Amino acid sequence: MSTLRLPGAVYDAIRAHGERTYPHECCGALLGLKGEDGWVVTASIEAGNTRTDSAHNRYQISPFELMKLERAAREQGVAIAGFYHSHPDHPAQWSETDFNEAHWLGCSYVITAIENGVAAITNAFVLNGASEETKTFAPESLILGD
Amino acid sequence: MKIFIPTPLRQYAGGNDTVDVTASTVASALDELTGAHADLRKHLFTPEGKVRSFVNLYLNDEDVRYLPEKDKTAVKESDTLSIIPSIAGGGKL
Repeated sequence: MSTLRLPGAVYDAIRAHGERTYPHECCGALLGLKGEDGWVVTASIEAGNTRTDSAHNRYQISPFELMKLERAAREQGVAIAGFYHSHPDHPAQWSETDFNEAHWLGCSYVITAIENGVAAITNAFVLNGASEETKTFAPESLILGD
Repeated sequence: MKIFIPTPLRQYAGGNDTVDVTASTVASALDELTGAHADLRKHLFTPEGKVRSFVNLYLNDEDVRYLPEKDKTAVKESDTLSIIPSIAGGGKL
């Protein structure tokens, strides 16, 4: 199983983001470097959820914002390691929508369940596969620490 | 011009986050890119040769889809082209 290493402050920040946007989904990017057995995250960046038509159960980061995030990561000497979002009153498991809309192969997807406004379980998944046609989500071991 | 390669596609571009190409349009820049790194083609294009729907292309700060001449838009040496796969999803139905 691959691992996703998150600084405690990042873990706290992405969970707090989900509580703040409840009952809507939050979303953002994880920046970091590739380690031997998975991504080592150094920072998270909050993004806006453009799915204002259905923000309680959908999220989308605008491609323009994503382009700016990617540019900022490159300038900092890190990469986009993955993304995070929340599931308000829904389990911290990837959904069919999450899978269909996941295109960052090799990157981590972190999901936090927000139950009645309070962050509950946070899980991480890596998008494996060599192409769009062979992609799969696999659970990752979440390791917290600075 | 410089083409910025996103994290998931760098392994198919020799591990590079940037590839320099000499091209006259956005389309020819992508041709140059996939000519040099053939494995990128299936990630960027459908079998019919169209840019995949989830692949966003930005010429400098402009979404290529909304440029009047789209991928036929002329480019300069100083331009940058960013390849950005989309990100979306969501929980309960």
